[in-house]
Amino acid sequence: MTAKVTTVTSGKGGVGKTTAVANIAVGLASLGQRVVCVDGDIGLRNLDVVLGLENRIVYDLVDVVEGRCRLRQAMIRDKRLPELYLIPAAQTRDKSAVSPSDMVHLCDELRQECDWILIDSPAGIERGFRNSIAAADQVLVMTNPEVSAVRDADRVIGILDAEEKGPALLVINRIKPAMVKRGDMLSVEDVLDLLAIQLVGIVPEDENVIVASNRGTPMAFDNKSKAGQAFHNIARRLMGEEIPFMDVENQGFFQRIFSGRK
Amino acid sequence: MKKESSIIQIKGIREGLMVSFGDADWDSLTSALINQIEKRPTFYQSARFVLDAGSHVLGNTELISLRDILSEHGITLWAVLSNSSTTEQSAQNLGLATRISRPKPVDVIQPADEGISEEKALWIQHTLRSGTRIEYLGNVIVFGDVNPGAEIMAGGSVLIWGRLRGLVHAGANGNEDAVVGALEFSPMQLRIAGKIAVSPKKNAKGKLEIAKLQDGNLIAEPWKSG
Repeated sequence: MTAKVTTVTSGKGGVGKTTAVANIAVGLASLGQRVVCVDGDIGLRNLDVVLGLENRIVYDLVDVVEGRCRLRQAMIRDKRLPELYLIPAAQTRDKSAVSPSDMVHLCDELRQECDWILIDSPAGIERGFRNSIAAADQVLVMTNPEVSAVRDADRVIGILDAEEKGPALLVINRIKPAMVKRGDMLSVEDVLDLLAIQLVGIVPEDENVIVASNRGTPMAFDNKSKAGQAFHNIARRLMGEEIPFMDVENQGFFQRIFSGRK
Repeated sequence: MKKESSIIQIKGIREGLMVSFGDADWDSLTSALINQIEKRPTFYQSARFVLDAGSHVLGNTELISLRDILSEHGITLWAVLSNSSTTEQSAQNLGLATRISRPKPVDVIQPADEGISEEKALWIQHTLRSGTRIEYLGNVIVFGDVNPGAEIMAGGSVLIWGRLRGLVHAGANGNEDAVVGALEFSPMQLRIAGKIAVSPKKNAKGKLEIAKLQDGNLIAEPWKSG
């Protein structure tokens, strides 16, 4: 087994990196893959909350790096799926507790034991971001269809090119079909036109994402939600399947299903 | 082999520590630097380094490896000073500063007496993404797009075989004959010599246009040959 180390990053905060990592991980794990999520946001950890595993943390990433525990001891298994694990970040330390080469060593050790290592990067382009991309084999850049998020994504894509981590893959999150239709929101084409990298996912805005995060049950556990479905599709595209993109802009997903059945 | 102290110099400056590299080859310079650091690890812990690379021509790979080694020792490399435009470009690619004091608004680019005539052009063969800044005394030709958030400061003219949506300053030394052209012309802001203009049509799809100074006004018009 040799894992593919995949980092999710965005430049701008609040675009949905953590939600994406949790949901793509659930998507990959439900395809029978062995997945380890790593929270790279030391000092502001979130991924454990979104995955609903907060109360089971004993050891964290910094404990592994500083040799207070073995890697295995810091891996929390999500009991809802056979092979989904989380290595949480430390809440009481900061980014400087881990170096890029620590992340490379950690991932090298993990690589033999799983199919996917998903790293949740913090926002920004500083130390935490550097740590998170140091070991990456591929990088997913998340953005929202708004000018400031796209600008930051563009910057990050440029840095990834310079670091020879490119070409990055793009996920556009929180599309509101009605707003795009009125011309009040950037469309998928507008975003692609500027960023010019390969698209692997379009996720529609969905209020249930907030409910799901609060409950610690990622959307992807619920196959009926549009956003959950979109994350499953991303997981399958990462596995190499060719899956057409949901047409979120012109009509709702349900409309499309129903009109297809007529 | 020369003594370490003669090939690298480390001195304190207001912005942190300045490391000056001499003439030796890159590998012996970096290992000499690491030796120095390992002799006094606590002194260098959480220091901020400015590298004066002199005339060394460095690519992304060299700077990445140096930055990563330094960060292992708790040192931040935040700026690289250089006489080589390749090295400056690599540093800019990695988001490192290339000068340590505030840039002066007018003479960012030195007068063209350093051997780069305005006949010469810098050829950039990729899209300039947000956060990239190109400075060149002569003309600049970009084979790719200039995205919003990218900046080009040129002593001469700037031609873009692609979409211009960022900021371009042509004739930055005061050359009023400089022009700016792009296949799709919709700059965020445009400057020629001392004039500044903001694109009037927001979000409009740009056409092939050339901008120049005419009677002291900055005008852009569709390209006509001859």
